[in-house]
Amino acid sequence: MSDPVHLKTSPHLRGAHSVDKIMRHVVYALMPICLFSVVQFGLSALVLILTCTAVCVGTEHVACRMGSRPTTVGDWSAVITGVLLGLILPPSFPLWMAAVASVVSIGIGKLFFGGLGFNVFNPALVGRAFAQAAFTVPITTWTPAMAHARFKEFIPSTFTFPFATPPDLRPWMEQLHIDGFTGATPLALMKFDYVDTESAKLFVGTVAGSAGETSSMLILICGLYLAYRRMLNWKIVASVLASAAIFSWIFWMKDPTIYPTPLFTLTSGGLMIGAVFMATDMVSSPVTPVGVLVYGSIIGLVTVMIRLFGGLNEGVMYAILLANAATPLINNLTQPRIYGAVRKKKEAKA
Amino acid sequence: MFNLTHLLRGSFSHGIHPPENKHFTEAKPIERLPFPAQLVLPLSMHAGKPSVPLVRKGQEVVRGEPIARADGFVSVPLHAPATGVISDIRLMPSARGPRVMSMILDVYPGDPQEILYGAPVDVEAMSPKEIVQAVQDTGLVGLGGAAFPTHVKLTVPGGCSIDTVLINGCECEPFLTTDHRLMVEQAADLVKGTRILMKVLGASRAIIGTETNKMDAVAAIQKVLQPNDTVSVKAVPTKYPQGAEKMLAMALTGREIPSGSFPSSVGLGVFNVATTAQMGQLMPMRRGVIERVVTVTGPGVQRPGNYIVPIGTPIRWLLKRCGFEGPAGHLIMGGPMMGGTVSSLDTPITKGCGGLLVLSEHQLTSEEQMKRYPCISCGACVDACPMHLNPCELGRLAYKGQYEPMAETYHLNDCFECGSCSYVCPAAIPLVQYFRIAKSSNRERVAKAS
Repeated sequence: MSDPVHLKTSPHLRGAHSVDKIMRHVVYALMPICLFSVVQFGLSALVLILTCTAVCVGTEHVACRMGSRPTTVGDWSAVITGVLLGLILPPSFPLWMAAVASVVSIGIGKLFFGGLGFNVFNPALVGRAFAQAAFTVPITTWTPAMAHARFKEFIPSTFTFPFATPPDLRPWMEQLHIDGFTGATPLALMKFDYVDTESAKLFVGTVAGSAGETSSMLILICGLYLAYRRMLNWKIVASVLASAAIFSWIFWMKDPTIYPTPLFTLTSGGLMIGAVFMATDMVSSPVTPVGVLVYGSIIGLVTVMIRLFGGLNEGVMYAILLANAATPLINNLTQPRIYGAVRKKKEAKA
Repeated sequence: MFNLTHLLRGSFSHGIHPPENKHFTEAKPIERLPFPAQLVLPLSMHAGKPSVPLVRKGQEVVRGEPIARADGFVSVPLHAPATGVISDIRLMPSARGPRVMSMILDVYPGDPQEILYGAPVDVEAMSPKEIVQAVQDTGLVGLGGAAFPTHVKLTVPGGCSIDTVLINGCECEPFLTTDHRLMVEQAADLVKGTRILMKVLGASRAIIGTETNKMDAVAAIQKVLQPNDTVSVKAVPTKYPQGAEKMLAMALTGREIPSGSFPSSVGLGVFNVATTAQMGQLMPMRRGVIERVVTVTGPGVQRPGNYIVPIGTPIRWLLKRCGFEGPAGHLIMGGPMMGGTVSSLDTPITKGCGGLLVLSEHQLTSEEQMKRYPCISCGACVDACPMHLNPCELGRLAYKGQYEPMAETYHLNDCFECGSCSYVCPAAIPLVQYFRIAKSSNRERVAKAS
């Protein structure tokens, strides 16, 4: 028997999770949402998600090669960014614009900061914020869900020639003959016309909106799976939703005719996908037990404020980006109380 | 900050649940092995000053005879674990790494190995001071791993009074079953030792704490207790690191030991079950510690078990008896979470060593689990740290080499290196390993400054 040569320090055991495993499972959890998105919006949603994913992964790979570093696409985080970005863009979004937004997501949102683990903001939201500023019209052009020819034809704007303006979708939507569709999301209807949409419809998700944000129910189920696998911090989700519900309840109590119900706030727009898949991005969210609650509350509050009083009808994206920016500060201010902590005052006396 | 500690009585918050892997040995009764041909007895197998030899090279010794005396108060004597001859006193490899001065004892093969030393005493008639001296004479140290002289812990610092004695039978390290078997098989000695501890410390009650995965031990101890006994036994939820002194104090009494203080500052005395059982066995007989129970286990060991072996047994001999032929992998003294690897098979079993674990490279950890990533701030370490530190921030500072703020702002010195953070880290960042470097670097700087 030869002498052992392997010397190492304890602990000698490792837990079951690894970064790529967590990331892979987030991608798995996003798959049902992608599927629902395709069912709802058809081929255009499919190519939109695929384009974003491919361009995000490609950007990361090329950038790593350019920096003569080993490629980091194997950690699956670029896939998450791509899929998420595809899910939060309108289904009619031109592919070339989606590709540009993807490059911005990974390039500026992630790699400029130093890659995975160092990004301050959620990369997918950086891409979307860029698109919101650069492509104002296409990103607020909504198409109806469940159009009858959605599996046979693409939305005309999908294959817009790169760097060209997408065509006007109104004639196309008129020939769809969908009664009552005004080209607005439930949020816009609420904000500008005070028209309420049925909560059940919002919960299941058969409404207009970004490709993957419509079904609150499906997003919650997918989130529950991740929380069950301990790959998602449910406290962030809970605090975002609780704070959004509480603040919108306050205004709804004040004047139910112009302010939406808390249930509407929770189920409409991007709040659910934002709370479950964006706010919980590990890298850009706080780690301390109190910090995550503060962080979630900020997102809920800012979302409600933008939705009710801002110029935009949707505010989840900016709320999360703002909270991301506050994360280091939140972490600093909410250091946990350690076991056996001795109060500083006592020390001074002794 | 609000404090939820009072709600958490019965356990502590945070911690982890690594696979227990105790099935290899937990049902195996303690077994006595034949004597090895040679024993290696380091003069410093305890914390404190090394013992001073009382015998010279070539001298014959009898089993149980004192062969080295304590050097001052924080030191213990050493007794001959077998009848034989001291063939040499020289530098030998030790578990911690550096070679240390050790006595080599060649065991007489034909000897009956009777213990002739020791004379029974009446513990009831002894004063606490006499008991402390008698405990030092047994050479007893913390058998749970720390190897801190037990009699020193029996001398309570001024201003503190101890009302409760806690006996630590949690054995939360995976694989190890030494304490478990001791509680099942030596419950009477354990309770006897507990009563001695209560007497010397003036405590009014004692709680033997174990985990819910050792209910047979609870039953065995309850059998030897009297009705309305001042000694009680309690099983707390199985969780790592429940066996840490501070966690156990929280779980059994709800008391929080302040940072930088001993348990005595909140009226507690905490002792390991193996130490207490040895005290009950040896002290009334005025004998010395000459053997101990060791769990030899791991996937590569053919006959894993709980073996009683003389102190100083070389692990090469012990592994061979247990049917381990190699290939050599990680050889861990103690448990897989806090034990250290040894570099040489000539390292002996010392008083503080309760387990010998053989793991080959990647036997329990897959390649995928070992792949390093940057920290993704998932907060798993923050949720695992039983001391409620922020290993995530500590790890970042350590990575940048900023060791001073780690200690000053982020309580580095409260880390007792349980390894929970490294265990859960999905990025496989060696957090505890970083913290050890940071701590020793800080110590060096402080030493240089003074």
